[in-house]
Amino acid sequence: MTDRIKALFDAYAAGRVSRRDLMRGAAHLGVTAATANVLLGSSLVEAMAADYDWQAQKGTAIKLLLNKHPYADAMIADIENFKKLTGIDVSYDVFPEDVYFDKVTAALSSKSDQYDAFMTGAYMTWTYGPAGWVVDLNEYIKDPKKTNPSFAWDDVLPGLRASTAWNGVPGGELGSADAKQWCIPWGYELNNLAYNRTMFDKAKVSVPKNLGELKETAAKLTKDLGGPYGIGVRGSRSWATIHPGFLSGYANFGEKDLTVNGGKLKAAMNSTGSKAFHQQWVDMIRESGPKNWSTYTWYQVGADLGAGASAMIFDADILGYFENGGDNKEKGNLGYAPFAANPAAKAPTPNVWIWSLAMSSFSKKKDAAWKFMQWATSLEHDLFGARKMDFVNPVRASVWKDSEFRDRIAKSYPGYLEQHDVSAPGAKIYFTAQPLFFDVTTQWAETLQKMVAKEVQVSEGLDQLAASIDKQLREAGLG
Amino acid sequence: MTSQPIDEPIRVVDRRPVEWLPYLLSLPALLVCIGILIPFVTALYYSALRFRLNLPALKGFIWFGNYINLLYDAEFWNTVSISLRYTALTVGVELVFGLIIALLLQRQTRLNNLISVLLLLPLMTAPAIASLMWKLMTNPNFGILSYLVSLAGVSDFGWASSPSTALFTVVLVDVWVYTPFMMVLLLAGLRSLPQQPFEAAALDGVPRLFVFFRITLPMLSPYIITASLFRLLDAIQQFDIVYAMTQGGPGNTLLVFQVRAYLEFYQYTNVGKSAALLVVLWMITYVLSHFFIKNWLRLRERSHASA
Repeated sequence: MTDRIKALFDAYAAGRVSRRDLMRGAAHLGVTAATANVLLGSSLVEAMAADYDWQAQKGTAIKLLLNKHPYADAMIADIENFKKLTGIDVSYDVFPEDVYFDKVTAALSSKSDQYDAFMTGAYMTWTYGPAGWVVDLNEYIKDPKKTNPSFAWDDVLPGLRASTAWNGVPGGELGSADAKQWCIPWGYELNNLAYNRTMFDKAKVSVPKNLGELKETAAKLTKDLGGPYGIGVRGSRSWATIHPGFLSGYANFGEKDLTVNGGKLKAAMNSTGSKAFHQQWVDMIRESGPKNWSTYTWYQVGADLGAGASAMIFDADILGYFENGGDNKEKGNLGYAPFAANPAAKAPTPNVWIWSLAMSSFSKKKDAAWKFMQWATSLEHDLFGARKMDFVNPVRASVWKDSEFRDRIAKSYPGYLEQHDVSAPGAKIYFTAQPLFFDVTTQWAETLQKMVAKEVQVSEGLDQLAASIDKQLREAGLG
Repeated sequence: MTSQPIDEPIRVVDRRPVEWLPYLLSLPALLVCIGILIPFVTALYYSALRFRLNLPALKGFIWFGNYINLLYDAEFWNTVSISLRYTALTVGVELVFGLIIALLLQRQTRLNNLISVLLLLPLMTAPAIASLMWKLMTNPNFGILSYLVSLAGVSDFGWASSPSTALFTVVLVDVWVYTPFMMVLLLAGLRSLPQQPFEAAALDGVPRLFVFFRITLPMLSPYIITASLFRLLDAIQQFDIVYAMTQGGPGNTLLVFQVRAYLEFYQYTNVGKSAALLVVLWMITYVLSHFFIKNWLRLRERSHASA
């Protein structure tokens, strides 16, 4: 009986048996759901080990630096399979996002070999790469001796692969032929609308299709609902205020953060189109945003939606995903919609945030770290996370085609797949890759705060911002 | 046989053992001093560099360049201004409140002793945690303070999210956390004052206000200066409350020294500028503490002379 069960799961892992047949066979053999999960993991591990020496670094111990995130939770839930597969021991430190990147900077700037691999975003590698803190992973990906032949790098969505590769030239195109692969995409977020369907029905409004409608709808919701505010967007004095909904809408109008001319960078936030966009955005926050908007991070934006304090958000799609489950008050009430801010735009242009894995240059166990990175970004782990955990959005094209994953999302999160599929083609990083990214975006957020607080007029504020950015770029030899 | 000339100096060999003990005892202090000086000198060195971790090719000595850039930077003067205002407000308010509470608790009764212990609770809370508590209490959706303020007819009080009220809000949190510190020091001072002048004043029927201004306050001055100095050194280097509540915003409203230096290093990886800001902060702190200590010594001498 045991051999028959194992043979059935091995056949599934090898792709010889469909999922339906697996479930039918497992039920026939009396396997419980919990046992099936364990057997499935074990079979996938064995399938992975078939044609690659996963045990080459057996006995090594590596340490990871992780952000507290569902992606990290999914990985930790599956880590025993990695240990079994490789014989590599894994320990990790997990930090909340508020302090996570400061911890990364502290660890890397001190050239510490404490951590072998860590979670990062693509923007951060624009600092870590030129500083020499992270390894160009092309050295591994392109080396058949070091990389599992079934790693299927090409299965990772092309936009994500490009967005995490940069040649180190300020203003250089992401994903160019000479780009270095600073990190491996792990999970990503698109920026679209998530809204409370009950509140929309109550206020008799439909889902807005562009920025003008968004502003009007948010104002009506604020007025008619008598409590919840209309639109949740981030507002803290941080780069994180600029990159989600704000930049996604901004880019949809064809506006840029910087222009590149003859290798020199120049601020572009004070164009006429940019000023018009900023004015609408600022007015929208004043009329229908949270009262203490200038302290809002992703956490408050999401929490308000889940608690019914806001009627919609223009932020990371996975925020709407998570707020539609768990113990949230508005669980099951949320809907999702792709959003193109520009009425003349053909499609949405969500700026993408990619949680990725990078390897420390100071690691003394790089080969073992690479084993971990391959495993954590493998199709098998991606499938496990997408099917069994909350690993959305998965980075592999084949996972998006997986019927079990799609069925689960479609059933519990109606509209989520549609918003993703409509907006994904236009998704990429819309910032200019350059080392002063955090200087530029933090000051941009500061200027937005001043505009909303009426400390400065939009036009004047953007002129001042552009002048200040240009000065900093010149001082850094970039402008 | 030769005789030694009488006028030749006699060599006296000191055969006493070398006194190592004093050197040995001062060794820990020396080590601590070196431990303090190394980061300080390192900061001075970095402040003389153009040094961004993510632009290693630009690294080089610019000597006083970072300081000169700061002098011409309006943002820097805003930082100086807000840091000094924050310091003056927090130390001033905490001193007044701390003194009032200490005066009320001066008599040693069971109730007063209990209250003085309870009043220490905020001081035992980490400032960052206190800031998060206050952030929740001032939340416009569910915060108790926002609710109480709304009962008074103020519906849109911005707290930390509005430039006009952000300084007030962080000062409020600082006052909540640190007033007990002032209170404890001043209460200890009040209870240690000699009783004769007060008894004499009571016998002569001197009004209480006169006693306070002419006897209590002058005798308490060394304690007031000590407590204020401790708080001043801490307040001008404020980080946790401001960062946890506003990250230096809204806009640049609360971009105090430490927050700015922190952001320069951790977000912008601009080591040179961050170090220069901290060296300037050290200079300001040094000047202010020098002024306070000088006055403290003068008052102590005066009180010794009068004794």
